[in-house]
Amino acid sequence: MTTPAALPWHGALLAAFKAQQVRLVPYVPDNVLKPLIAAVEADPFFTAFPVAREEEAIGIVAGGVMAGMRGVALMQTSGFATLPNALASLACAFQIPVAMVVSERGTLGEFNPGQAIVCRTMRPILDSLGIEHHTITRLDEAGFIAERALKQAFATRWPACLILSPLLTARPQ
Amino acid sequence: MTETRPNTEVMNRAALTRRIVARCTRGEAIVGGIGNSNWDLWGAGHREENFYMLGSMGLAAPIALGVAIAQPGRRVLALEGDGSLLMQLGCLSTIAERAPRNLILVVWDNGSYQITGGQGTPAARAGTDLIAIARASGIAKAQWAADEAEFDALLAEALATDGPHVIGARIDQEPGRNQTPREPVRFAMSFTAAMARPV
Ligand SMILES: Cc1ncc(C[n+]2csc(CCOP(=O)(O)OP(=O)(O)O)c2C)c(N)n1
Repeated sequence: MTTPAALPWHGALLAAFKAQQVRLVPYVPDNVLKPLIAAVEADPFFTAFPVAREEEAIGIVAGGVMAGMRGVALMQTSGFATLPNALASLACAFQIPVAMVVSERGTLGEFNPGQAIVCRTMRPILDSLGIEHHTITRLDEAGFIAERALKQAFATRWPACLILSPLLTARPQ
Repeated sequence: MTETRPNTEVMNRAALTRRIVARCTRGEAIVGGIGNSNWDLWGAGHREENFYMLGSMGLAAPIALGVAIAQPGRRVLALEGDGSLLMQLGCLSTIAERAPRNLILVVWDNGSYQITGGQGTPAARAGTDLIAIARASGIAKAQWAADEAEFDALLAEALATDGPHVIGARIDQEPGRNQTPREPVRFAMSFTAAMARPV
């Protein structure tokens, strides 16, 4: 899939979700994710709703995908950092294709020291679990990366994580 | 219907789980929570519609919610320990907000983390009422079962009427006697295949 130039980054992700039949979208909000959350909540193709904690979203997506409804959990870097046990014990151990989209805080101009520190844990956690992750930095690649990463997750029955860099979400495109 | 935990009889998880499984004859999905909850589910007799969770303590209800949303035509049960639910209380608000008519959460309340040595949970030590929390979270049909007869009646109602339903059962300290084989990939695949079959 190529991303039509007119789509903003959240439009490119939404199109990739649709192309891969990803309908179930539990999320813990983040300011950067605001337009994506608004877009999936406004579109009847999706069942999108807030949850109290990111682990819950992993459980919901795992249950959904085993029952035939593909999903993606949306969260911020700090939320991802609460997940290693759920990812190891549920998504990885059972080989359930749980997809995640993480908006990356803690880099490229972060003002909060806590966010900057927790951000450094994210990729080592993903790497140690063998979860493929892609950092999306450019709008012209966003749709391609998102759709291919999701496709591979479902085909290989393994979790996947899309990291939205400030280069994508904050840089003027 | 019983409003408060202290009025309930102390029952047995393995026995009640067998009663649940015996009533689930229409392809109901059953998600067994960490440790004892899924061991007793295994002990009640394997069915492919069972999902036996491993170490993701507290996620039985969220997993069941995902199944329930994906398949509104199938009844979905989560069997969860009190310590596990306590770890993920926020999911009660999520369940209340989504209001899946086909979801049933059974809470096994032994007041303790039995499997790790029987330490009392903070909820048990403080006298917290988990079913009252479920109701206060917005799940109107949340009840303690006073005894086995009422457990049966609540379960029958939950299987036949719109939920979400939460059923609390006060249970003894007996450990699960039938450990589920640690074969997560096999169980995920058989559960997925079972969910693909019509109800
Ligand atoms: C996140 C997390 N914390 C702690 C544990 C260790 N642990 C495993 S089972 C368990 C107790 C479960 O208690 P409960 O749900 O009440 O079930 P019971 O053992 O009483 O049947 C604990 C603390 C774990 N697996 N995961």
